[in-house]
Amino acid sequence: MTHLTDQNWLLTAGIFIPLAGAVVMMFIPGVEEQLHKTIALVASVLTLGVGVWTTAAYKYGQEPGTLQFYVNTSWIPVIKSRYILGMDGVGLPLYLLSMAIVVLVIIYSWNHIPAPGNPKAFLALILLLEVGMNGTFVAQDLILFFVFFEIVLLPMYFMIGVWGGENRQYASLKFFLFTLFGSAFMLLGFLGLFFKTGATTFGIQELASAVQTIGISKSTQTLIFAGMFLGFAIKVPMFPFHTWLPDAHTQAPTQGSVLLAAILLKLGTFGFIRIGIPILPLGAKAWAPVIAILAVIGIIYGALGCLAQTDMKRLIAFSSVAHMGYVMLGISTLTSFGLNAAMFGMVAHGLITGMLFFVAGSVKERYHTLEIKRLSGMLKQMPHLGWIMGFCAMASLGLPGLAGFWGEFPAILSAYQPAEGLSLALFRTCMVIAAVGTVLAAGYLLWLYQRTAFGEPSAEFAGATAGHDAHGGHDAHGDHGVAVVGDHDDHGSDIHDVELPEWLAWTPLLIGIVVLGVWPHVMFKVLDPAVGFALQGVKAIGG
Amino acid sequence: MLINEFLLLGAALFCIGVYGVLARRNGVMVLMSIELILNSVNINLLAFNLKHGGDVIGNVFALYVIAVAAAEVGVGLAIVLLIYRNRRSIALDELSQMKG
Amino acid sequence: MFLAAEGTGEVVLKSGWFLEHAYIIPVIPAIAFVLIMLFGKKLGWVVGHGSYFGIASMAASFVLSAGCVIQWIQRVNSATSGEGESALGRTISAVGRSLVPMAEGGETKAYISPVIKTFAWWQSGGTTFGIGSHADGLAIMLIFVVTLISTLVQIYSLEYVRGDRRFTHFFGALTLFSAGMLAMVLAENTIQLILGWEIMGLCSFMLIGHWWEERANSEAALKAFWTVRVGDIGLLVGVTMMYFGAKSFSIDAINEWALTNPTGTRVVFWTAMALLAAVIGKSGQFPLHTWLPDAMAGPTPVSSLLHSSTMVVAGVFLVARLYPVFWVGFSIADGGINPLVLIGGITILISGLLALVQVDIKKVLAYSTVGQLGYMIMGLGAGAWTPAVFHIFTHAFFKACLFLGAGSISHSASHHSFDMKKDMGGLWRKMPWTFATFLISTIALIGLPPFAGFFSKDEIIDNAGHNGYQAFMVIGLIGAFLTAAYMSRTMYLTFFGTARGASAGLHADPHDAHGAAPTMEPIEEYEADDAAHGHAHDTHGAHGGHDAHAGPHESPWLIVGPLVVLAFGAVFAGYLNAAPFGEKWLRFEKWAEPSAVGKTFPELSHAEFLWSKASISIGIVLAAVVIGLGLSKMVYERKFLFGLTRRNPVAGFVYRFLWNKYYLDWLYEKVIARGVAYPIARAAYWINQNVLDGVVNGAGKFSVGSGRWVYKWIDQRGVDGIVNGSGMTAKGAGSALRGTESGRIQQYASLLFGATAVAAIALVLYVQAK
Repeated sequence: MTHLTDQNWLLTAGIFIPLAGAVVMMFIPGVEEQLHKTIALVASVLTLGVGVWTTAAYKYGQEPGTLQFYVNTSWIPVIKSRYILGMDGVGLPLYLLSMAIVVLVIIYSWNHIPAPGNPKAFLALILLLEVGMNGTFVAQDLILFFVFFEIVLLPMYFMIGVWGGENRQYASLKFFLFTLFGSAFMLLGFLGLFFKTGATTFGIQELASAVQTIGISKSTQTLIFAGMFLGFAIKVPMFPFHTWLPDAHTQAPTQGSVLLAAILLKLGTFGFIRIGIPILPLGAKAWAPVIAILAVIGIIYGALGCLAQTDMKRLIAFSSVAHMGYVMLGISTLTSFGLNAAMFGMVAHGLITGMLFFVAGSVKERYHTLEIKRLSGMLKQMPHLGWIMGFCAMASLGLPGLAGFWGEFPAILSAYQPAEGLSLALFRTCMVIAAVGTVLAAGYLLWLYQRTAFGEPSAEFAGATAGHDAHGGHDAHGDHGVAVVGDHDDHGSDIHDVELPEWLAWTPLLIGIVVLGVWPHVMFKVLDPAVGFALQGVKAIGG
Repeated sequence: MLINEFLLLGAALFCIGVYGVLARRNGVMVLMSIELILNSVNINLLAFNLKHGGDVIGNVFALYVIAVAAAEVGVGLAIVLLIYRNRRSIALDELSQMKG
Repeated sequence: MFLAAEGTGEVVLKSGWFLEHAYIIPVIPAIAFVLIMLFGKKLGWVVGHGSYFGIASMAASFVLSAGCVIQWIQRVNSATSGEGESALGRTISAVGRSLVPMAEGGETKAYISPVIKTFAWWQSGGTTFGIGSHADGLAIMLIFVVTLISTLVQIYSLEYVRGDRRFTHFFGALTLFSAGMLAMVLAENTIQLILGWEIMGLCSFMLIGHWWEERANSEAALKAFWTVRVGDIGLLVGVTMMYFGAKSFSIDAINEWALTNPTGTRVVFWTAMALLAAVIGKSGQFPLHTWLPDAMAGPTPVSSLLHSSTMVVAGVFLVARLYPVFWVGFSIADGGINPLVLIGGITILISGLLALVQVDIKKVLAYSTVGQLGYMIMGLGAGAWTPAVFHIFTHAFFKACLFLGAGSISHSASHHSFDMKKDMGGLWRKMPWTFATFLISTIALIGLPPFAGFFSKDEIIDNAGHNGYQAFMVIGLIGAFLTAAYMSRTMYLTFFGTARGASAGLHADPHDAHGAAPTMEPIEEYEADDAAHGHAHDTHGAHGGHDAHAGPHESPWLIVGPLVVLAFGAVFAGYLNAAPFGEKWLRFEKWAEPSAVGKTFPELSHAEFLWSKASISIGIVLAAVVIGLGLSKMVYERKFLFGLTRRNPVAGFVYRFLWNKYYLDWLYEKVIARGVAYPIARAAYWINQNVLDGVVNGAGKFSVGSGRWVYKWIDQRGVDGIVNGSGMTAKGAGSALRGTESGRIQQYASLLFGATAVAAIALVLYVQAK
């Protein structure tokens, strides 16, 4: 296989520009807050520019498995790990998503630095996080992958631990230890693989072909896959390893939640597609039923968890468990249809749930609470925010025409006919249960929406409405005849509609949700060949 | 052979680590400095492994150290957290219960 | 089954621009929706706050649909006209089995292929998903109806919701709904069908909850969405099964697969069962019908467009569209009983009984809609495809007209109340146009000739008997009786008798209708605890533009105009397929019924119209009208039998049972929904917090605990014990070194490092010396 090496500096640039930004910020005193914000923004926008360039230069119609912008230089010869980067259809959407989300998060941070402040450290951590995320999606060497995968942990640990809510210490430590625990097993799996194949590098594609030529037995593959499974499943998170997620989300600052939901969760599912399935087809097949069962348990269980919540942010966090269940169900079918659905589902979930966390953050900022019971009539007090939330809820529950549907329905569809050799009865049962999950999703999302957005504003906050049109240009929807209560001085003007930085940060996400929903082909055409390649091993072993 | 460069890097990291352990008041910083020290050891291990024929033993040691370090950080953070809970501070120079 | 004379290429079926470009029809309202949302408010009155976009788009779609209708008729004629006969690619001779063949006497019927346009939408795993249009008789009929009624309802809404606080959004949602419905009707494949289907669900949610400030409205909106969504599980599963059966999403391919049936009937049966769940949810059939009456919380134009004439027939349309799946899956040809016909039959009965006890005019009409949908489902289940589809067509006119009429009353006479007993009566003189149109539609609904309903409903009943579903023919007749009875009661309470409440010009508290809780004081007959059954008042939050009420009066022409057009349809629509006048009049059958027998459509049999049979049903209906009007007059005017339900325990029980809607709502809301939302969800969450998290926290605690244990027992007692022991001896020496024991870790560390450094230097020196 010949890889394309044109412009192969692009990926390295995409990974390390944020790092450069962070380093520059280190040398500037923390009091220059505006300067820090500018630097962070410039660095992230530059990175996104590189990402867009990469996408533009990406060549469609290559032979499956061809890596583009391929770099392969020596890195740590001692342990035979090489610096291999390469872009393919599986990595591209997430790579771009990660860059875009970071830009939006930094825009949002413009006037939303969470307590206790210190934008320098906060933004530098976000940039550092981006290094890890971007790197994970293009690394083609297991050790390199592992390094990037782990880099992500530390900034997130500090983001939650320092800028988090009341219970932040517990949440951040739980997050850190839980994921580290999984990573240890994952690393064991990698090492086992390396020694078993006797490969000369940790290159993913080389290992994949080595496994096939040597013919590692099914039991060994199953065992190695188990290690990787633990590492990835905790990151996803799959039932029953999900308990770190609600805590981390609830305690994390808004930006942290958005990054966590939009990108970090995808590292796990991405790992299955990039590493688990192509390298260990037999192992994947042995584990597929387990994954499918855990996935549908996650779907139903996450939905039930949502219904029991009283806190808006925690509810959204639990909904992630359910949504990632669909993604994992798609993966477990080991068909290109299912994997495509899973990849689409990841991006869609990133956009939609990221957006929901943004909304939750803004609600918290305005009402200083996320207790569902205490919120009411948001549509009346903040029509734009209410509409955006309704839109996201609809997207999240899988309305066709919006992005969520194309992750959810094809995943259900694929479960009807999983790869050869997998139990039809089991997967079809899973399919029906997953379909039931869509009703529950509608249940908790609309229930949340009804209680928070519909109705009259609760008495507690009724007087706090400031002018709707604080920012010119956007006239408030649906407030004809609504008496504008409250005077226009600072007194109690906390509750106001969407502000400019919020609009700037959110509009791209909202547009993305619609575009992907109306024109899913933009993603499927990137994904399809790459996913087909990832499944070559599975196809080769047949039933 | 780049052996000297490796050892110098290791020594530099070690010194930074020692400085951190001795000079920082913040418990988390001390823990991170200890990480640095451990990693400098790793570099040395790898460097010498390279020198002695490049077989796998040194690598295994290094990986072992990484794993131990991970565990150590975990336990260390837990301890720091407990200290913080009890004392509302993680400034190490205020800790003198071990005074005999 | 058919004498296939294959010869592709020589088919000279007429097509035309409109048919080829039918996909434009849903696109127009979709664009209009975007325009309304973006510019409706900004441009203000210039575009009627967005409403003109909506009306213009619907009118444009209507023109295109009309073009499609004309060209489709030309297409059918081109195939069946003399010269077309020889040019046919495929002639199909329908030789009957046990059944009488269609178009009596085994005459040949030409195969008229649908006009299909597909664009590739996306690709995944080797499958191409298309989007496009599938224009055939069924689809063309329905897009004509949808665009016509949408246009009329939007014109009506100009007046009806004038000055509403969310006027622009109202039109936006209505227009989006039309786009979704049209996309679904023209769906070329099942994915597009789901797309349109769910968009309609969303619009239904938005429009029912249009006045979401009130809890009752948002509850109704949620209930509608959830209930339909429960059925949609079946749609997702069914579409999946069909995809893997037919290896395609295309409607034609699926129908072909079901008929040729290579995978065995069992798969088809379960597919049909799954789809049936979707039909039950969307078309308000038993046992998921409960959302439809509640959906009346929405503004009346919404009830008229979505919840009577168009959206709720989507389920019926699904059955008609994928008829071979149901035909084969449920072995409809065998007669007797099958799930489809059973559901339809039950629905007819229960809805008819419920409609009898309603006091809210919109709820009567809602149950009536449920019942009429039941007729359609029953008809389809009994193999009466053409009458059932024809009933979609005629029902749309008169039911939309009835709802708009009810809206007209509430708008101009009863001060936004829909309570027939409290706020209506004697209106026929005050609102002649509304009365006339309402009356015509009522007669059409109860199925008296010569109005539209007779020609469709009677045919359904007749064909059910003809196809071996005698029991359901009887149910159909009972249903006709009930329909006539409750509609007579409604007519009486609304237009005759003495004027009451708002209709009499009384509204002591003119704003009570705007209050959050509907002020319904229990009248004699019902129990006080029924207050929970709030009656839908069209409470326009801030309707400033409304003229002050000067007693009941006729509505303005923007409202009356659509009524007249629809009433016109209610009178004449039936003549498109007037079986009593002979075969020549069966135009609808000729145009709409697919002729692809054996390929993508089963072979149907049609009952022969006999006046002797029809007179039975006409007699039943007339009897019901007399009984209904008479009893109403006696009960409500003469107070005859008044209070019976309180005096007689049996009557009281029946009444309570009906009033509580067979306790189905109680079952769904209190038992199922609450069961899931509270105990089950809480239990799951408890497990999460205590079991799963307990493991994690337990592991953490165990580590910390074992650390403590090691520290306490081994380190402190064991090691330290030794140390302490030896320490005692060293105490003297120790005290000298006490200064170094500051207890500060870093000091210890620096000592440690220092010592190590010294040792290292010593080592290096030693090695070098060697």
